[in-house]
Amino acid sequence: MNQLNIPIISFIVFFPLAGAFLLLFIRGNKDNNYALLRKAAFMISIFEFCASLAFLFYFDSETAAMQFVEQVTWVKSMGLSYFVGIDGISLWLVILTTFFVPLCMLCSWTYIQKNVKAFLISLLFLETAMIGAFVALDLILFFVFWEFMLLPMFMLIGVWGGDRRIYSAIKFFLYTAAGSLLMFVAIIYLYYYNHKITGVATFNLLELYTLQIPVAIQFWLCLAFCFAFAIKVPLFPLHTWLPDAHVEAPAAGSVLLAAILLKMGIYGFMRFAMLLFPYAAQQFLPYIAALAIIGIIYAALVAWVQPDMKKLVAYSSVSHLGYVMLGLFALNIQGIEGGIYQMMNHGVNTGALFILVGMIYERRHSRMMADYGGIAKVMPVFAVFLMIVTLASVAVPGTNGFVGEFMILVGAFKTYPIYGVFAVSGMVLGATYMLWMYQQVMFGPVTNVKNENIPDLNRREIAILVPIAVLVFVMGIFPGFFMRKMDASVNKFISQYNTQYELYVGDTGGKSKNVLVVSDAGLTASQEQPVNH
Amino acid sequence: MFDYVWLIPILPLVGVMTNGFFGRRIERSNKKLVHWIGCGTVGLAFLVTCLLFLKMLGLEPDKRLYDFTWFTWMASGDFSVAIGYQIDPLSMFMCMFVTGVGFLIHIYSIGYMWTDEGSYFRFFTYLNLFMFSMINLILADNFVLMFLGWEGVGLCSYLLIAFWFSDKANAVAGKKAFITNRVGDFFFAIGMLLLLVNLGKHGVWSLNFSDVFSHASLLSPGLITAICLLFFLGCTAKSAQIPLYIWLPDAMAGPTPVSALIHAATMVTAGVYFVARCNILFTMSPLAMQVVAVVGALTAFFAATMALTHNDIKKVLAYSTISQLGYMFLGLGVGAYAAGLFHVLTHSFFKALLFMCSGCVIHAMSGEQDMRYMGGLRKKMPITFYTMVIATLAIIGFPGFSGFFSKDEILWKAFSSPSGNSMLWLIGVLAAAMTAFYMFRLIFMTFFNECRASEEVKKHIHEAPKSMTFPLIVLAFLSIVGGLIGIPAALGGSNLVEHFLEPIMGLGAGKIFQDAAGTAVLHEAHAAAAHASYMTEYILMAITSTIVLAGVGLAYMMYMQKRTIPETLAQKFPVLYKLLLNKWYIDELYEWNVIKPLHSFSRFLWQVADVKIIDGFVNGTARFFMRCGGMLRNIQTGYVQRYAVTFVAGTVAVIVYYIFVLYI
Repeated sequence: MNQLNIPIISFIVFFPLAGAFLLLFIRGNKDNNYALLRKAAFMISIFEFCASLAFLFYFDSETAAMQFVEQVTWVKSMGLSYFVGIDGISLWLVILTTFFVPLCMLCSWTYIQKNVKAFLISLLFLETAMIGAFVALDLILFFVFWEFMLLPMFMLIGVWGGDRRIYSAIKFFLYTAAGSLLMFVAIIYLYYYNHKITGVATFNLLELYTLQIPVAIQFWLCLAFCFAFAIKVPLFPLHTWLPDAHVEAPAAGSVLLAAILLKMGIYGFMRFAMLLFPYAAQQFLPYIAALAIIGIIYAALVAWVQPDMKKLVAYSSVSHLGYVMLGLFALNIQGIEGGIYQMMNHGVNTGALFILVGMIYERRHSRMMADYGGIAKVMPVFAVFLMIVTLASVAVPGTNGFVGEFMILVGAFKTYPIYGVFAVSGMVLGATYMLWMYQQVMFGPVTNVKNENIPDLNRREIAILVPIAVLVFVMGIFPGFFMRKMDASVNKFISQYNTQYELYVGDTGGKSKNVLVVSDAGLTASQEQPVNH
Repeated sequence: MFDYVWLIPILPLVGVMTNGFFGRRIERSNKKLVHWIGCGTVGLAFLVTCLLFLKMLGLEPDKRLYDFTWFTWMASGDFSVAIGYQIDPLSMFMCMFVTGVGFLIHIYSIGYMWTDEGSYFRFFTYLNLFMFSMINLILADNFVLMFLGWEGVGLCSYLLIAFWFSDKANAVAGKKAFITNRVGDFFFAIGMLLLLVNLGKHGVWSLNFSDVFSHASLLSPGLITAICLLFFLGCTAKSAQIPLYIWLPDAMAGPTPVSALIHAATMVTAGVYFVARCNILFTMSPLAMQVVAVVGALTAFFAATMALTHNDIKKVLAYSTISQLGYMFLGLGVGAYAAGLFHVLTHSFFKALLFMCSGCVIHAMSGEQDMRYMGGLRKKMPITFYTMVIATLAIIGFPGFSGFFSKDEILWKAFSSPSGNSMLWLIGVLAAAMTAFYMFRLIFMTFFNECRASEEVKKHIHEAPKSMTFPLIVLAFLSIVGGLIGIPAALGGSNLVEHFLEPIMGLGAGKIFQDAAGTAVLHEAHAAAAHASYMTEYILMAITSTIVLAGVGLAYMMYMQKRTIPETLAQKFPVLYKLLLNKWYIDELYEWNVIKPLHSFSRFLWQVADVKIIDGFVNGTARFFMRCGGMLRNIQTGYVQRYAVTFVAGTVAVIVYYIFVLYI
């Protein structure tokens, strides 16, 4: 079945769900049970994390094939199967997920005081859905997990959120659902088309990769997929749900949203949109890269003028994910590996920023920078951690952020030097808004009386931040350990994309580039307009 | 033995880790241990550097290149970057004085920071982190690791300027320094990436210095010029040159040892080092060289004018630093790399000394930095006074002192080298005259005449403790004799510095990197370097010295004899005075033309583009569907009467329609 001969992926995917089920048996209405609930959920998530490390140990970095594969027929007549596997692209995303869930439990330990049981169950439920979406290799299975992510996140924002939680939760839900709906239609169409051509009914992603789709159809299918994923990333100008969702969500929700959920969009581009529809993707590429660049600069500028810390961090997310998209669409190994690496870095750094902002919010119940000032004096330990994460976020060399950004820029300069130049400006702007926040919050005299006696971090909080700080430097100095595991898969991704693309371009040896023709007879592409590669 | 080079950066890093993690505890139990760790690690690094330096001196000049690769840092596809250190005359030359002067300033910091309210361990952690970054900057064998140091020193500068963060002004100054440097790094990074990608087109996927330099001739001249100019823009931020010098005066908000170490002796010379390191690229682009020379000369001049009127003792020194850095770039720009680096060395001695003396003065004056409230300190602080006078004589280039040799070498090359001209020389000499004036103005206002401080302050005036005066004496000694290693041939010396650096500069570099095509270009440049006679050199030397002495004389007249002159001048030429006092309003220029508009634009993006347009569209869509729903709701009210009316109306409509269609 796979190299471990046990259904390890299924175990990792469904263990949190089973844990959530167990939590149901603990009565959640008494205060003393809250502690028990929290401990139980935390133990579950820690165990989950440790178990997921098995992927790391047994992962074979030499092969690009899917590993730990499990394939079981689900609905035979429809060609549905339960098909999961991991490769170098999803490996780190899965580990990132299992790494962050326990931290989220810890950081809401005292903050969440109402409906604790439901909260913990939501988190575990969300964990199952997130991991499931990263490992699913069957389109319907993926879609199921993809949609399942929405529910717990909707709850997290809508129940435990701030003042405008209902508006934000609904906005988040509808925005994302609108995208997924289009994707669902595209999936079904793809299924029927495949059935018509090959006579095989299947949602198996790996089989669908080989399907040749006429350009006119491909265009629309790809558009639908891209739309769904672009909302999730979020790509400018589809980003406005993000600041609202982040601001209103409790810290744990923001952390998972930033660290994991947004990655789903990028992952979707890589795993689905680009490989299923390489020809159409190639046509969209310059536009998406341009949107990514606009996003980098636009979001950074907007972040700079935010009075609200969480909004600032939310916009910085948009800016950083623009980098990731740019790297991905540079379509060379440096860009893509840098992009995947930057996904993890962004997860670690922005996750940490939301955790830190959550900590200070829990003490003062304000997200406004103007309410603070001089906190470094009152909370020196907090100041150190915030500084480390700030530096990682602005990509100071030696931290993880630099490696990702640098690789992305190398990749971008290889493919589009002009875009690269614009992207580098994110370096200056990033420093501007992050240091602005640091200065406003941490430096200066303590002007607000309420800030004079804020307690510094306690042991639980330090325990959350230490692993993150360690990761920041380890990932910054020894990125090889992480990147080596991606090598084979990313290489295969590029070669597969290119071969597929060449199939559409035909036997002109890639010298001429097809023109997209959307007309009645436009099932094939005409071959005109030689373009220099 | 060269394989132990990693010890040099790692030792300070050990200091960072120990003090960073356990500093709070150490400080509580034994405060002295903090500085033992802080100074000890840097002292050891200096020792290792000395050993390697001696080892290198034992080698043949053209064998003095050793590349130590430690481990792979980043690798992706066929591109990889290693943590590796390069030992060659240039890196060793820099490393010697960086660790040496750095060590002295660490010792000085003990006395300076001991009673400070800010946390002691934090200060030493940052200082050690700075040493770590700076050493990486100069020892790195590739552009990326150098960039780590480059950004790292900027970061430490930020942290240390904002060391007393409770004062908002300090925090703002720190941020300004970091962001200005980031603007420079923006250009630097673009240059680096362009270099990589374009070399990559020729199959050289590497940012190692030796790879880049030995393949530089593959690149087109236009591209090399572009890359050099981008690099130089990066250097103008780090080394505080026009147009990005604005952060350095504000950086004086940091503790004085920081000003001495980072903002005078070491970090700000990183740009000079970098241009010298890339001398092969720069030599291949005469235009870039010309830009470097002109910017350097102009900076030397303008910064000197700004120093004329300031009353803050540290600000005067800050402008003088910018001005001296301008000299160094002038030297580099006319192809006199060795002369520029020689000035880096002597400057690091006398400028660190000047700052440390000013630190002693500020300490003695209970934190007062305004020279108008000083005076007469000569008697009360003899060691500080004498060492500061020595440093001043060195900086103005008084014959025999270290600054004389290095500055004169630069001016001479500015005049005589093929890419230099008499205009550059003249600007340099005028700046030298102003330097003499404002430096002696500083000495006279601080140490001579009556003391203008309040009685309360007067009581506390004292000479600094031994940990502070010891480095002063060492540096004073170096400020005097430091020039001896670079005595030019015209004065009977053998210019050891130039010979030592020769293997990696200009022609020698071509040899060591074994690049045939590049060497040809360099040969041409070298052949063009005409040798003027010693007579011209003597005459120019005499002119410079006379003008410098005139500057001193003027300062004596205005600040010792007729002390009303400055005020009358200020009243007579109010516009000029204001212009100088406000640093030519350059800060305001940036504020109003760049920062404010960008800020308003960002607000526009947020409040209009984001909230009104994009989100307006999103919410509008939602509202549209709600409206539609609202309208549709009217047909499902649940009132039977309404249904009946609708039913009748519909029936009538159908009947009318058919009547019209069928019968008319």
